[in-house]
Amino acid sequence: MAKQYETVIGLEVHVELATKTKIFCSCSTEFGKAPNTHTCPVCTGMPGSLPVLNKQVVEYAMAIGLATNCEISKICKFDRKNYFYPDNPQNYQISQLYLPIARNGYVEIEAGGRKKKVRIHEMHMEEDAGKLIHDEWDDTSLVDYNRSGVPLVEIVSEPDMRSVDEVIAYLEKLRMIIQYLGASDCKLQEGSMRADVNLSVREAGTEEFGTRTEMKNLNSFKAIARAIEGERERQIELIEEGKAVVQETRRWDDNKESSHAMRSKEDAQDYRYFPEPDLVPIVISDEWIGQIRARQPELQTEKLERYKKEFDIPEYDAKIITGSKHMADIFEAASAICGKPKKVSNWLMVETLRLLKDQGMEPEEISFSPENLAKLVDLTESRAINSSVAKEVFEKIFAQDIDPEIYVEEHGLKTVNDEGALEEVIRKVIADNPKAAEDYHSGKEKALGALVGQTMKAMKGKADPGLVNRKLREMI
Amino acid sequence: MANKISDETIEYVGILAKLELSGEEKENAKADMEKMLDYIDILNELDTDMAEPMSHVFPIHNVFREDAVSQADGSEDTLANAPLKKDKCFKVPKTIG
Repeated sequence: MAKQYETVIGLEVHVELATKTKIFCSCSTEFGKAPNTHTCPVCTGMPGSLPVLNKQVVEYAMAIGLATNCEISKICKFDRKNYFYPDNPQNYQISQLYLPIARNGYVEIEAGGRKKKVRIHEMHMEEDAGKLIHDEWDDTSLVDYNRSGVPLVEIVSEPDMRSVDEVIAYLEKLRMIIQYLGASDCKLQEGSMRADVNLSVREAGTEEFGTRTEMKNLNSFKAIARAIEGERERQIELIEEGKAVVQETRRWDDNKESSHAMRSKEDAQDYRYFPEPDLVPIVISDEWIGQIRARQPELQTEKLERYKKEFDIPEYDAKIITGSKHMADIFEAASAICGKPKKVSNWLMVETLRLLKDQGMEPEEISFSPENLAKLVDLTESRAINSSVAKEVFEKIFAQDIDPEIYVEEHGLKTVNDEGALEEVIRKVIADNPKAAEDYHSGKEKALGALVGQTMKAMKGKADPGLVNRKLREMI
Repeated sequence: MANKISDETIEYVGILAKLELSGEEKENAKADMEKMLDYIDILNELDTDMAEPMSHVFPIHNVFREDAVSQADGSEDTLANAPLKKDKCFKVPKTIG
């Protein structure tokens, strides 16, 4: 029988913090500006410049540490990590090695119907590097330092994950926690959340870890899943052939669906860390930790419980809505305005999810305002518009965030409650469809449906279907 | 001299520092480094069990900046010293494959 292998995975997750300025200088962190706009002597490593730490970075890092059950270090400091690469004009990255800001945490995940804890080894603060763009024309690299010095936290997990599902669950959990804290938008595609995967395989049942490799350049959950499967197969193949897995860093190429070695240990990967002399230590008091703790917003798990209790929302729906901070914000704001949380929840769970899926969008991309959703709920509940009109109006809200009251008025979509006018139409419909009327009288209940349809059509969809039904039965 | 630097070590340090050293330079560097290590060894004679490792000389901590933007477009100054530039970027030999 073929040998069974177990995959052992640990992650290093980099998250760009949502500060207005860089970690050590007052340059903006705004994304997408012309190259090198947001640069100064500090973030380009000019001799004689001095870094000064952004307090908000420390507070975001503390908030993430607390929310992931870490111990916050009472004393922490920065270290220099030396390496030579054009994305890094200082020739060192300011990071934390010896005394990181947080350690020994965990998050709880659920994968394959099983709950488990993934431990966090440590979390540290550091600066991001610049961006290299390859210039095909003259085969050179162009360097943009706008991202140089943007604050990051790196969250290092223990090797506690065993499958793709667990890795995705862990990343989604981290993303949710950090988004709820407002500490980052965690967009994988834009690089504000990036994951490096440390992976090894071992024969099932053995205790000892195999040799691990590190994979970089993973910018979507799909790429992460494919890279894990690919690397697992590659390592098992080597072992089966009696060859050794080499400890190395590999770069995943999602187009080719394969990885290649970037550098191995022989390439003298030695960062010569030493304490950063330009930055003084950070002393974190219990009082400061208390302040951050008191300021922590309600996180997803707490929100979920509250929705079930306070609004009587089913567990499944509450999970979906709280699964995105943005959606939860819309839900709460719209519910507060119209006072009908269950109706708001229905619009999110049915029509919103349908449109998101149709258009391949993430919940984070919802762009309508809670005010307009609340107005739509009110319009529907007061029977000012019927449900098929409401659906049509909602599509407009979803796409362009139109004001439904104005839209309904302008397009004359209000339900006609003029019974006299309705009766006149029904009389005509019955007269025009003698066959259907006859069928109904001979006991064919279905025939009524056709007449309701005809009436609604004649009313241009603006009648209350319930009322039409009742009137038809009376008049036929 | 108590400390000995091997050929392998000097080779490795050379790679790390991106230096190409001649045979003579390697020998000189070896002698220098051995001297330095001997000097550092003096510190090992002290009992430091009770001392906390010190990274900074001054008794100062928690020097912070508030998170407010005060830096305007710095691209002109930043690129002023660039030996080669293109499209408001530094132009360097190809580094990504």
